[in-house]
Amino acid sequence: MAGLTLKQVTKQFGEHKAVDGLSLTVEPGEFVALLGPSGCGKTTMLRMLAGFEQVSGGEIHLGDQLLASEQHHVLPEQRNMAMVFQSYALWPHMSVADNVGYPLKLRGVRGADYQRRVEQALSLVALEPYAQRTPQDLSGGQRQRVALARCLVTDPSVVLLDEPLANLDRHLRASMEHSFADFHRRTEATMVYVTHDQSEAMALADRIAVMQAGKLVQWATPETLYREPRTSWVASFIGQGSQLMISTGAPGRRLGGNELMQGLASPAAQRHQAVLVRPEHIQVHPEAPSEQDLTARVERQTFRGERYEIHLRMQGGETLLAYHPHALKLGQQVALTLLEGWCLEPDQ
Amino acid sequence: MSPSLTQGSQHRWLLTLLTLTVVLLSLAPSLRLLVEALSDLTQGGNAPLWRVLQSASTWRALSHSLYTSGLGMLIALALGSLFAFVITLTDIRGKAWLVFCFMLPMMIPPQVTALSWLQLFGPASPLLKSIGMAPPLGSPQPLYSAEGITLLLGIQSAPLVFLALRTSLLSLPRELVEAARISGARQNQVWRHIVLPVTRSGLVAGSAMAFISSLGNFGIPAMLGIPAGYYVLPTLIYQRMASFGTGVLAEMAALSLLIGVLALAGVALQQHWMGRSRFGLVGHSGRAHDFSLGRFRALVTVLLVSVLLVILVAPLVALVVSSLVPAMGVPLNADTATLNAYHEVIGRQGATWRAMRNSFWLAGGAAVVLMLCSLPLAYRLQRLPARLQNLTLSIIELPYALPGVVLAIACILLFVRPLPIINVALYGTLGLIFVAYLARFLVVCLKPVSASLAQLDPSLEEAAQLAGAGPWRRLSTIVMPLIAPALFAGGLLVFLLAVNELTVSALLWSAGNETLGVLIFNLDEGGESVLASAVSVLVVLMVASLMLSLSLLAPRLPKGVVPWQG
Ligand SMILES: Nc1ncnc2c1ncn2[C@@H]1O[C@H](COP(=O)(O)OP(=O)(O)OP(=O)(O)O)[C@@H](O)[C@H]1O
Ligand SMILES: [Mg+2]
Repeated sequence: MAGLTLKQVTKQFGEHKAVDGLSLTVEPGEFVALLGPSGCGKTTMLRMLAGFEQVSGGEIHLGDQLLASEQHHVLPEQRNMAMVFQSYALWPHMSVADNVGYPLKLRGVRGADYQRRVEQALSLVALEPYAQRTPQDLSGGQRQRVALARCLVTDPSVVLLDEPLANLDRHLRASMEHSFADFHRRTEATMVYVTHDQSEAMALADRIAVMQAGKLVQWATPETLYREPRTSWVASFIGQGSQLMISTGAPGRRLGGNELMQGLASPAAQRHQAVLVRPEHIQVHPEAPSEQDLTARVERQTFRGERYEIHLRMQGGETLLAYHPHALKLGQQVALTLLEGWCLEPDQ
Repeated sequence: MSPSLTQGSQHRWLLTLLTLTVVLLSLAPSLRLLVEALSDLTQGGNAPLWRVLQSASTWRALSHSLYTSGLGMLIALALGSLFAFVITLTDIRGKAWLVFCFMLPMMIPPQVTALSWLQLFGPASPLLKSIGMAPPLGSPQPLYSAEGITLLLGIQSAPLVFLALRTSLLSLPRELVEAARISGARQNQVWRHIVLPVTRSGLVAGSAMAFISSLGNFGIPAMLGIPAGYYVLPTLIYQRMASFGTGVLAEMAALSLLIGVLALAGVALQQHWMGRSRFGLVGHSGRAHDFSLGRFRALVTVLLVSVLLVILVAPLVALVVSSLVPAMGVPLNADTATLNAYHEVIGRQGATWRAMRNSFWLAGGAAVVLMLCSLPLAYRLQRLPARLQNLTLSIIELPYALPGVVLAIACILLFVRPLPIINVALYGTLGLIFVAYLARFLVVCLKPVSASLAQLDPSLEEAAQLAGAGPWRRLSTIVMPLIAPALFAGGLLVFLLAVNELTVSALLWSAGNETLGVLIFNLDEGGESVLASAVSVLVVLMVASLMLSLSLLAPRLPKGVVPWQG
């Protein structure tokens, strides 16, 4: 087990920079997610970590060993990493047990020790009865678990996962998410998990690297990412919420209710600061609003079981999302109290 | 699916009728051969089959056939897999050129290959004379031997191994290789544990194809074996027919049955392994993994290029040199160089013109007729249930899979007597060769068309149907324009194969009805090597330019239609 350090890692395909000056430090044993929309360079970053792509600039270190730089390239087979591919990449000419045991064979593990470790890995993913089948005879979820077992059979210093749940249905995803978390707890391996699904990343990762067009936009814990997103783009990408323009505050500051309401009351021309207001920080008062109150009209509502999502439109035309335990009348005027807001940086 | 019953069923009936006709025509020669070979079995020891099986020459030729084809297959395997692995999996440069040059020997007719190698060795070789390396007069021509035949068979069929292996390598998802590498496998372990096992069936299938093709090859053992008295099964049949004529047809049918069974066993083996090679691989295939050759890249490039120099360039250079000298054994230099041979073959030799005209008519006619049949046929086949479709395709493939000599004997049997009712005699005319070409090359034209049709989105036709287009109109205005490149490629391939064909026409030609293949063979047999070389040079130029025009067409064709394009 070891940490990963990325310094200004860049990957260039011709003119196009798929990864652009990415720096981050992953602690030993940490579970991190690379999160971003399609085409933002996540897979490319992961393949550079594995050593399948050479870096065009910057450095990658594992612990204190240099893995890759412009001049230096440690081959994938010498990196002691493991990877779960999106297509599973199970070898069709080997049985499930042989697939799982292959990395052990390469490390010279033989005999009883080999048997024991293969069985152990298979039992971890509850696949012992399938040991002698070929991968073609397994369902998608089972193949996924074989790929996972193949990863954990040796003690890799880093486990890389490229959208491992993308091919599975929703139920299976939930249970697999669970087994990833479980797997991480048991092995304590450093894991890098690529996904474009923010809820998956939030549920699993200790820290999340949010990428946009090859650049790292924010590197933080899921909670920080949710509570304190850096830019407008991250705020709209992660979780629900409304962005308003106000006249007070500065990027990276949390505003209390009063300050927020005052900033909102200024004339439009003075309001230059974007602020994120999460729906749980908006109180909706359905009884007839008075003159001083901040008011809005109910435009649309969606039933979500434990609550209603209320889409509101304010007098200035801005939209807001809030929660309310009961249904309201469409078109009804309500009074609002904003409890807090988070000031955002504009997008580059 | 049947909007207007009357029109729909009429069109289906016509197509079905066509399909049935084609199936019957494909099956008829083989059935006739079978009947002849198995006739009179009740006569016991005197039945033709028994007589053939008791003759020592049969067994000698059989063992020669197995020996040359078997060893030839090993050579093909070595050459084909070297090129397939290096070109498909590594980062070597100039891949397109390497593939084109490696595939060229497959498309050059065997009699030309044999002739060009004969010009490369031996005491009379003009090339060796020119560079002063000719062995002393009277020393033997080393190629007139079993090993000479073996070598050329191997070179000629190496592209088959190459193609089969390349196909299976291209469908190897690169994640499978990467998963092994990240598990800790070094490059050589990746090869042994992943690449070879996954592509093993492609190797076996390719080898089986090389074996079948060598077994049926006539041009090479005829030109290298007959002078040395070394007979394989096809040349044995040829020699018997040449000496005894139709009198020995029954025995020749029995002999043909023997090769036919051998070849079909090979086909069955190949199909079996092809089936096994479909692992149902998942993953992003198409972009094969690039193994980095690193500092060995120059070395490997030199290796491949020198192999190509030996197997392709050297014999072709020898051929060109031979066509430019006044007579065999004369060295080529500024004084001796002459274009006389070309003047002779193009200007004066009536036989050359006649043979060229015959071959062009036969090949062009066959290409046109087969193109006309292929579209409706493929269209009907696609609507058959899968099993019936496979069966029909196998039957259509039969005349192509069987060695050419077998088909020739079968056609003689079928047409040796005048056709009933219309009372037309085909035997001894160009018509017989034409019919044989139609049967033999139908599958060559049909395959690209079927592949292209299978890729066509059915909704295109359905949209036309909703717009009110009837079946014939859909076929001609929607399907036909979209399939046209494949149809054209099929026709071009048929022309390429038929215009140089020797095996079938060697048995079916008669005076005045020579083909281009027969002409080269006869010129060489008559000692006119210089003239034969000149004709061969023209043939090679034609082949290369047809191949290039197919390459130009390739971007508009489904994958795999043009064999030498990835
Ligand atoms: N081998 C390559 N050559 C050229 N461009 C490439 C190559 N691989 C990736 N790219 C480009 O780099 C960019 C990032 O690709 P990448 O596969 O890393 O995206 P991703 O974030 O994994 O997207 P997705 O979520 O869709 O998988 C894309 O614009 C892609 O087209
Ligand atoms: Mg990706």
